[in-house]
Order: sequence, then C-alpha cells, then structure tokens
Amino acid sequence: MIRRTVSLFRNLFRRSAVERALDEELQSSVALLTQEKMREGLPPSEARRRALMELGGIEQVKEDVRALRAGCLVEEFAKDVRYALRTLARSPGFTAVAVLTLALGIGANTGLFSIVNGVLLNPLRYSEPDRLLALYSRTPTYDQSSVSYPNYQDWVRENRSFSALAAYRPDDFNLTGMGEPERVPAEMVSASFFPLLRVQPVLGRTLLPDEDQIGARPVVMISEGLWRRKFGSSKDALGQSLTLNDVAYMIVGVIPADFHYTGINFQQSDVYTPIGQWNDPTFRDRRAGMGTFAVGRLKPGVAFEQAKADMDTLGRHLAGQYPEADKDMGIALVPLKQAVVGDIRPSLLVLMAAVGFVLLIACVNVANLSLARSTRRTHEFAIRAALGANRGRVVRQLLTESLLLALAGAGLGLLVASWGMRAALNVLPKALPRAEEVQLDGRVLWFTLAAAVLVGILFGLAPALKASRSDLHETLKEGGRGLSGARHRAQSAFVVVEIALALVLLAGAGLMVRSLAKLWRIDPGFDPHHVLTFYMSFPSTIDSPQVVRATWRQLHDRLNAVPGVQVASLAAGAMPMADESDLPFWIEGQPRPSTQAGMKLTLFYLVQPEYLNVMRIPLERGRFISPHDDEHSPRAVVIDERFARDYFGGQDPIGKHVNFGILNVTAEIVGVVGHTKQWGLDEGPAPGLEAQCYLPIEQLPDRFIPLAARRVGVVARTAGSPLAQPGSIRRALGQVNTRLVMYETKTMDGIVADSLGARRFSMVLLGTFAVLALVMSCVGIYGVIACLAGQRTHEIGIRLALGAERWKVLRMVLGEGAKLALVGVAIGVVVAFGLTRLMAKMLFGVSAHDPLSFAGVAGLLVLVALAACYIPARRAAKVNPVVALRNE
Amino acid sequence: MGGKRTDLLRGTLDLLILKALSLEPLHGVGVSHRIAQITQGAFQVSFGSLFPSLHRMEERGWVEAEWRASENNRRAKYYRLTSSGRAQLTVEERDWNQMVKIMRAAVESA
Repeated sequence: MIRRTVSLFRNLFRRSAVERALDEELQSSVALLTQEKMREGLPPSEARRRALMELGGIEQVKEDVRALRAGCLVEEFAKDVRYALRTLARSPGFTAVAVLTLALGIGANTGLFSIVNGVLLNPLRYSEPDRLLALYSRTPTYDQSSVSYPNYQDWVRENRSFSALAAYRPDDFNLTGMGEPERVPAEMVSASFFPLLRVQPVLGRTLLPDEDQIGARPVVMISEGLWRRKFGSSKDALGQSLTLNDVAYMIVGVIPADFHYTGINFQQSDVYTPIGQWNDPTFRDRRAGMGTFAVGRLKPGVAFEQAKADMDTLGRHLAGQYPEADKDMGIALVPLKQAVVGDIRPSLLVLMAAVGFVLLIACVNVANLSLARSTRRTHEFAIRAALGANRGRVVRQLLTESLLLALAGAGLGLLVASWGMRAALNVLPKALPRAEEVQLDGRVLWFTLAAAVLVGILFGLAPALKASRSDLHETLKEGGRGLSGARHRAQSAFVVVEIALALVLLAGAGLMVRSLAKLWRIDPGFDPHHVLTFYMSFPSTIDSPQVVRATWRQLHDRLNAVPGVQVASLAAGAMPMADESDLPFWIEGQPRPSTQAGMKLTLFYLVQPEYLNVMRIPLERGRFISPHDDEHSPRAVVIDERFARDYFGGQDPIGKHVNFGILNVTAEIVGVVGHTKQWGLDEGPAPGLEAQCYLPIEQLPDRFIPLAARRVGVVARTAGSPLAQPGSIRRALGQVNTRLVMYETKTMDGIVADSLGARRFSMVLLGTFAVLALVMSCVGIYGVIACLAGQRTHEIGIRLALGAERWKVLRMVLGEGAKLALVGVAIGVVVAFGLTRLMAKMLFGVSAHDPLSFAGVAGLLVLVALAACYIPARRAAKVNPVVALRNE
Repeated sequence: MGGKRTDLLRGTLDLLILKALSLEPLHGVGVSHRIAQITQGAFQVSFGSLFPSLHRMEERGWVEAEWRASENNRRAKYYRLTSSGRAQLTVEERDWNQMVKIMRAAVESA
C-alpha cells in the first residue's frame, strides 16, 4: 500500500523527476550498448547509430514506459470502480440507505459551511479589507456609540493613522415627480465614503469634498437599481435632477448593484447624499451622536495598535478642548469584519460543531451498515484471498466502494445543501449579517470534496481492515455464516458512539428549545397582539412647526376613526424592539453633571395619549399624557417604573422635574407606567440605558419638529388581524395629505419575533441537526439489533422449541437494544455535560446543565431507540422454530 | 548478435526477466544480454518491451531499482529482485511447468 501510494505520488506530482530518471536510464543504456559495439570494432558514430537502432528509438521506449505507468494505475482503478459499481448495484437497498445518509450528513455540513464561509471566513468584499476599521465614540457605559459630527470632523483633521475616514447615517426621502410618489431609503455619506471603500461608480463620479459642506448645491448618487427602474439605465440620467423631499438633487453618479456595506446602522439605499450638507442644529451639536457612525482605512504601514494609541491621544485632546461634550469619552476602534460578524461568530461555531457531529453519526452509521454487509461478504473476500488477491488489494477494493458511496452522497449532498441553505436563510434572513454573500463557491465545493473523501476513508477503513484480516480458513469452514465476536463488538461500539453523539445534539437542541420557550413566556411589558406599526413620511411642504403639529392632530383624529382600528397613536423617538432613541437628562434639585459623559441616559418615546391603550402598558401612579398636554401647556413627562426606582428610590417621583439638556426642556413628572422590554424579549442588562420616559409629541420644541417629522411612526390596535388594515389606513392618510407615504408596515408580533431572530436561527438549525442525528442513530440501532437477532435465529428457534415463551424472547432482544441505548446515553450525557457549557451564551433562563432538558432528551432517545429495536425483536419472537431449525 | 526473433508467449517475458534477475541485480541492457544468454540466443527481447516490463514490475514491487556505477564506470539503473518478486518467480515457474505439462500431454495425446 505504502509503496504504491509513494509511487502514485511520484507519478502525479514529481512528473519531471520521474521523467529525468527515465531519460537518464535510457541514455546510460545507449552508452553501454555503444561501448559494446565499439569493443566489437565499430567506429564511435556507427556504434552509437547501431545502439540507437537496437534500442528502437529513445522517445519510442519512453512513450511505452509512460503509457504503461499511467495505464497500470488507471486500469486497476477502473477495474476497482467497475467492480465496486457492480457490487453496489447488486445491493440497491444498502446503497440507497448509505448514499442517502451520507447525502444528509455531507449536505448539512456543506450548507452550514457555506454559511460560515460566507459570513466568517471570506474577507469583506472591499479592496484590502484588513485595513478597514469601524470607529465609535466610547462613553463610560458604552464601548461603541454613535459619533457626533463635529467630533468626526476633528478626527478627520487631527488623526495621523488613517489615509481616510468616512461618516454615514441613514435617512429616508420622498421621491416625487417620477410617477407614484415613493419612499426611498437613503444614506447620508461623507464624500470620502465610496473612495475609501474603493467602490467605483457604474456611471459618473462619486461625491466631491466641495459638495460635502453646508450650502453646497444638492447632489446625489443613485443605486443601479433605481437607475434601471427610473431611467432605464440610460447614460442621460447624469446631470438630471431627482426630487427628494421637494428639493431638486442633481444626479452625479450610479453605485453598482453589487455594492453592500454591512456596517452598523447602514442601510442599503437607493440614494446617497452628502452628509456634510445637513445643517440640522442637533446634528451639529457635539453632544449628539444622531446615529452617525464612522469607518476608516489605515494608512499603509500603520498597525492597529498604533492607530489605537493615536486615537486615544486625539480623544484626550478633544476631552480637554470640549469638556462639556467630550470629557470621559474616548474613541473605540474595531476591525470592520469583527464589527460586522462579531456577535454571530460563537453561535455559528457551535452550529458547525453540531453539524460535524451529524456527519460523524452518518459515517458511523454507514460504517456499521457496511460492516454488517461485509459480514455477509466474508465468503467472497475469503475466496478472493484464496485466489491470490493480497490484503492491500481487498482493502483498496473496499475503499473504492466507500469512496464511490461518499462521492455519490456528496453529489446529492450538494443539492441538499443548496436547498437547505436557501431554506434556512429564507426562514430567518435578518438573523445573519452578510447573508447575501452566502453561496456555494469554490471553497465550499472543495470542502465538500474533502469531506466526502475523508468520510469515505473514515467509514470505509474499519470494515475494510476487518474484512481483510478475517481468517481465511475459519471463514471457509464456517460456510460464510460465521460472525466473530469481534465484529459484534465493533458494531455495538459504533451504535453506542452514535447514540452518545445523538444525545449531545439533542441536549443542545433541547436547551435551545427550552430557552425559547422561556423567552416566549416573558411578558414584554406591553401587549403586542393585534398591533400594527408603520412609519409615515411627511412632504417637506409641511414645514412650519405649527403646520406639522396641526397635521399630527389631524392624523390622530383620522387614524382613530378608521373602521377596524380601535385606538391609534403617533410614536416618534424610540419604538419597542425596533428603534432606539435616548436623551441625556438630570433631575432638578440634584447637582447638574458638568460633562456629557456624566449625564444619565433615558430612552424616550414621543407619543400621544392613546399610546398607553394601544400598547396596554399598565399605569402605576399618577396619570398618562392627556390631550391637554399640548404646546401651550406646561411640559409633562411620564416615566417608567425602572426610571422611578433607579433615580428616585423610595421617593414619590410625581411632581419632580426632569431636565433634558439637549432639548432644553424641563418637564414635570405626571405619572409612572410599567417597564417595557425595549431590547427584545431576551433583553439582558443594558447598563445605563434601562430608564424610559414618555413625552407628549406635541410638546416637542419647535426647533426639533422638522427632525422628528422625518420619521414619525404609528402604533394602532386593531379589532381583527392587523395585516387586514393597511389599505383603509392608507386611504385615511390620503385624506389628510395625498403625499403622505406609509412604509415599514409591520405587526408588533412580528417585531417581537424578529427580536429573537438569531436564537430562532440557532434553534431551528440545531433542532434540524438533532432530528437528523436521532433518525440516523435509530436506523443504526435498528440495523444492529436486526442483524444480531437475524444471526441468532437458529438459537431462538432452539429456545422456542424447548418451550421458551415468546415474550421472553422479545424481552431478550429488546434488552440487547436497551443495553446499547443506555450505555450510549450515559456516555452522551457525560460528553454533553462538558460541551453544552460552550453554548451558555446562546441560552436564556436555563443552565447549560439543565436537568429537565437532559432527562427529557435522554428519555426521548431511549424510547425512540427501543421503538426501533421493537421491530426486529417482534420478528425474532415470531420465529417459527421448525423453519428456523430446518434452515440449517 | 542477430539471433532469430521469436515472439514471446504472453507472460513469458515476465518469467524470463525475473529469472534473469534472480542471480544478481542487472541494468536494462544487462537483463537483455542475460535473457539472450540463458535462452542460448533464442530470444532477443526488444527494449521497447523490456523497459515497460521492468517499470511495471517496479510498480508492482517485484523489483526495486538503484543507481550505481556499471562495470565500466557509467551510472546505470540496476534492478534487484524483491522478496515478493522472488515469490512471484516461484509462482510463474510453477504455472509455466504446469502449462508445459498440460501442453505436452495435449500435443502427445493426438
């Protein structure tokens, strides 16, 4: 075997060395012959000519040798393959089960690997992606918060480590003047953004630094999609104007359709406008982040650590210069890829390990099947050995069979993978970053091939070695019926391993299911059923604060009058489990913190009085916002119980005043309501950002009205299904203003479910793998017990003939199965105990060693295994003693 | 030399090569000479068959090759019988004798 392998290796990879040796051998032969001829008295030239003639031409001989060497290998291999195909075709049942098992195993692995490959392994699709970093503001409570634009501008000016920095924040526009008005997603980006990512426009140019300033003329880059949709991909689009929120923007370039950026808070957009043109006062406030984030490209030769030190110095400098905004703040740098996929990494690795187990079970299963089959083929092997086949030959023959099976499994597995991958991504697309980059690429195909070969060798080797080692003499004597105890033990060991592996997977899946069950039972603090949410865009013709407020009131009345809508409220600022918005504050009477970093933060919800009834949040003290809390009345605020507990302790908060520095508003606390789970059902401790407060939307100061009007949402409680409502609601909006656009329509139930997306993704996959494992290990134990019972037919026949009761035979066979299952489960529990700890982060409310989950899956596995054994056991018990004995 | 060219029976070439190598390691030309010698010049093996056969036997592990200096100090590739080659020789000799016996019986029976 080894020699052949070396020779194969030589032939395949060291072609030239083999060639050189052959050439040298022939040349030396010519020389030897020539010398002989010269000794016979011929002149040198004639001697050489004769020698060459006698040899028959060096190239000719070489060609013959080459053909033979290649032919040997190919011919033997072809013979092996033909024989293997014939053998496999003769047992179609075995072949089908084996290929199917392997297809599932390899397919599941390929599918998950393609996800891991697309998300974790592949570099981001930009030029030199390793040089890209995400930049954040670091506050005492948050390592990664948004960046205020003035700070960003100072970073750009003063850093020494980056060849470029870019800032971006999401926005939305009403696109009018081109057919139906529509809402288009937009992103404000700095002029440096596309050059930094080295994105080449399909047409035109990117934004210019001159255009990235207040007062510059409005320009826009559009997506290739919008370009195709609205301009038919015509080059004439350049220089034309696009009416966005009633302002004409000149189109300067088109962004290619394959551009994706998965950085935090970036939305794939149809239009990209220069961020520097935005003159909103809050945006220009050094204390406010406004959802702006930054990305940078390191200068060549600058290491990550250097850049970090540089930015730390810069941060300290800014803190000294602008203490109110920047004291105790810093700058955080994270490699962009880590920023994009960091959170999902541990879960994907756990899933990869789980799916590896599935493959292992598939291997063990097929190994077991072929072991059982090789038992029946012992006779064949013995005859072949007697006819002179050496052991290596038989092993190679069996390995060829396993490789063929594995490759067939892999081929089918690719189908399983591409189907399963698409299904997984379709069910839960939002759970994964970079999901659009997942595909079956070259690396995945190599992975599949490697998996197939490895699997082929893994499950082929054990039976092959066993078969070839069998004692010729004994076997022939036994008439091929013999089954040595060793093989029994191997098969049983395999089943135990399978059951143990299956238990580990089941335990993992069980823990996930329990976690999710716990999560679903959690009270989010509001009632999400029958609630519809959506956002409305305001035409910019509604611009003065008075008109905006009037429109809001009008919308409120109209929405509450829509048939089927029980109660509705506008909602801006934060939205539970969907939008985050926070404000720094201090409480009147307590010392005012001198710096921004020292301020406490609270989530804020800008709402109307009906909000409480739509969301069914309990009112605990005082009152909620009332219709009288308008712009003319004293400012009122309602806080949640967490706010009351954290900042007032035992005192009664009602009547106290809260100062919101950025808004320049001091409001009186008029009521306390229940806490809602802003961060999803699995909301962990969100340090420093748990307090919540509700402000009447109409009391928002004039200065902030245009900003709030950019994104106003609605929550509406409906009598029937919320999804039946959008039509009538859209008509109601149209009656207020024909240019109001409704977008991001969702049910609150859907939003709650989305908050568990990542966990559900893990649970669904882990559950699928566990079920696969369960089925495969049951097939395994069924096979072995059936085989054992079959082999004991004779013995059972004797027992029955001697008067043994049938139920005792049944119990005996079931007992064999139970023994294997219990040993497997015991080992599995120990292994799972060690391994589930690794998935502690994916769990919620259950310990990684949750006894209930463990006991549950262990019981399930034993039951299913026994059920699988029942069929062969009953068959054994029904044996007719006469037939069984006559069979001999 | 000019012995007459006799077509070798399929399979006999291997036997002859193994036999030729059974005394001592030889290079390709040496094998050719030794076969001519032990068949009293009856068989003149063409190098076009000899070299491929030697290489096939090397592949099968019946012979191993080694480079060393020839009798007149040239580098040449010498083939040596391995233990499995010796076993093969025994098998082929037995087969051949069997064959000869059968064929003789067949020819004489007529």
